Amino acid sequence: MKKKYKKKNVLPGFGLSLGITMLYMSLIVLIPLSMVFIESSQLGWHDFIKIVTSDRVFHAYKISFATAFVAALVNAVFGLLIAWVLVRYRFPGKRIIDGFIDLPFALPTAVAGITLTTLYGKDGWLGQFFSLFHIKIAFTPIGITIALMFIGLPFVVRMVQPVLENMEKEVEEAAASLGASKQQIFLKVIFPELLPPVLAGFSLAFARGLGEYGSVVFIAGNMPMKTEIAPFMIMSKLEQFDYAGATAIAVVMLVISFVCLIVINLLQKWSRKHEFQSE
Amino acid sequence: MTTDLVRQEVKSTDGIKHAKKEVNWTKYILMSLMFLYLVVFLLIPLVFIFVKAFEKGAEVYFAAITEPDALSAIKLTILVAIISVPLNVVFGIAAAWLITKFQFKGKQILLSLIELPFAVSPVIAGLVLVLFFGPRGVLGPFLDEFGLKIIFSVPGIIIATMFVTLPFVARELIPVMQAQGKTEEEAAISLGANGWQMFLRVTLPSIKWGLLYGMILCNARAIGEFGAVSVVSGHIRGETNTMPLHVEILYNEYQFSAAFAVASLMSLLALVTLLIKTWIEWRTEKH
Repeated sequence: MKKKYKKKNVLPGFGLSLGITMLYMSLIVLIPLSMVFIESSQLGWHDFIKIVTSDRVFHAYKISFATAFVAALVNAVFGLLIAWVLVRYRFPGKRIIDGFIDLPFALPTAVAGITLTTLYGKDGWLGQFFSLFHIKIAFTPIGITIALMFIGLPFVVRMVQPVLENMEKEVEEAAASLGASKQQIFLKVIFPELLPPVLAGFSLAFARGLGEYGSVVFIAGNMPMKTEIAPFMIMSKLEQFDYAGATAIAVVMLVISFVCLIVINLLQKWSRKHEFQSE
Repeated sequence: MTTDLVRQEVKSTDGIKHAKKEVNWTKYILMSLMFLYLVVFLLIPLVFIFVKAFEKGAEVYFAAITEPDALSAIKLTILVAIISVPLNVVFGIAAAWLITKFQFKGKQILLSLIELPFAVSPVIAGLVLVLFFGPRGVLGPFLDEFGLKIIFSVPGIIIATMFVTLPFVARELIPVMQAQGKTEEEAAISLGANGWQMFLRVTLPSIKWGLLYGMILCNARAIGEFGAVSVVSGHIRGETNTMPLHVEILYNEYQFSAAFAVASLMSLLALVTLLIKTWIEWRTEKH
């Protein structure tokens, strides 16, 4: 114990780095974020519930929830597929495609927003095609889902990729030599290992989708009771200087995000435990 | 009985042949699905931005990106990045140093708190800054006394950008520093180096690629941030408009070519970011 303490002391900068970290985080994130809870506590329980359950707000939550969920689900399926192809198969241009996957993270959300809106509008390159079948995409929940699919594309890929890369081939070979079919190997050997990272990526994409604003406002069209999303409701309350209303909506969203964060942390722990077991 | 057995045998050999063929088929199908998905969801939108931007010719394009409002938006965006990225670097190094080199209580909580801005909607980030720094906020009267204006002016935009980009550098550096351990730094100190010498000659060279990686991601987000900045900016044309906000205004005014022209500049930057990122990954992998 004493020896350990001495060893710790050798490196300098504990005080300095602690000071910078705490000061920066408190001033920019923690103290401002605590304002939401202070502000909403002044609101009173009755008013809080009234704002949060008003028809328009409730509908916005529903839209945000449903579109983020569907988009995260699509991302989980295709994210797994893309990660699988990138790790397991060899083909030319693989590195470029691998780098290209992160485009949604690098592209400003507003740029993604106006691009997708024009692309899926009824005269747009892709919207034209869908309007042949009388499917409207821009300014409907489908459009919101597509924007969220774009923005959340890299999450599952980036969670699954390292796990798949570190997976030992021997286990699969053992399963194969014991007579398991390809499908059996995938379902019983590979998939259980991939489930935690897929779920973690799903939660990340879902959390991001709930809060996403820039890419969605344009394609949503923001029609009350139809295509309004929760972040847009906060924005519109703010524009009317209704701080209490904006705060109440934000509190509900924050609580949901925190739950997502906890779930992600637990999943990552579970995933890590799995890794150790296989070693 | 015997025919049954024979039939089964035939079936099973069939199965093997079938399985062998299927391997190639799955690969082929999965790869085409991936390509189709990526072309529709990533490539077409990307190409579309540039097509739209040049739709009305190069003259309109250059007029759109050199008009005074566009130039002031570009300048403000660069200013925001120049201030927020280095501050983020200082924070990221400090936080990663603290977390990887020392043992203390509450480390796990600190780690989660660093990731917090990723889980918070950008609009909420803007909202909390208005509640704290705004004219009706907690610090409002105090700032007013000194004649300082944060919300609806440039400092607010910078703080909002710092909020949303806070995790970028730290989360790249933490695994790098963790892998490095602390023996080299300990050796430097015990050989008589002071803190800064150790940092500049031992720590910095070993984390430089991770640092650069975090910086370019942070920079991309700082330049592209929309939701949080939109809340705190007040949208004063030529004054508190960043490039993404300028794109929004142009788009809402139906100046599509101009909107996509400015958007194409940012897309170009996004592509450069991806290129540098891929290059760093390739480098560290080779290493």
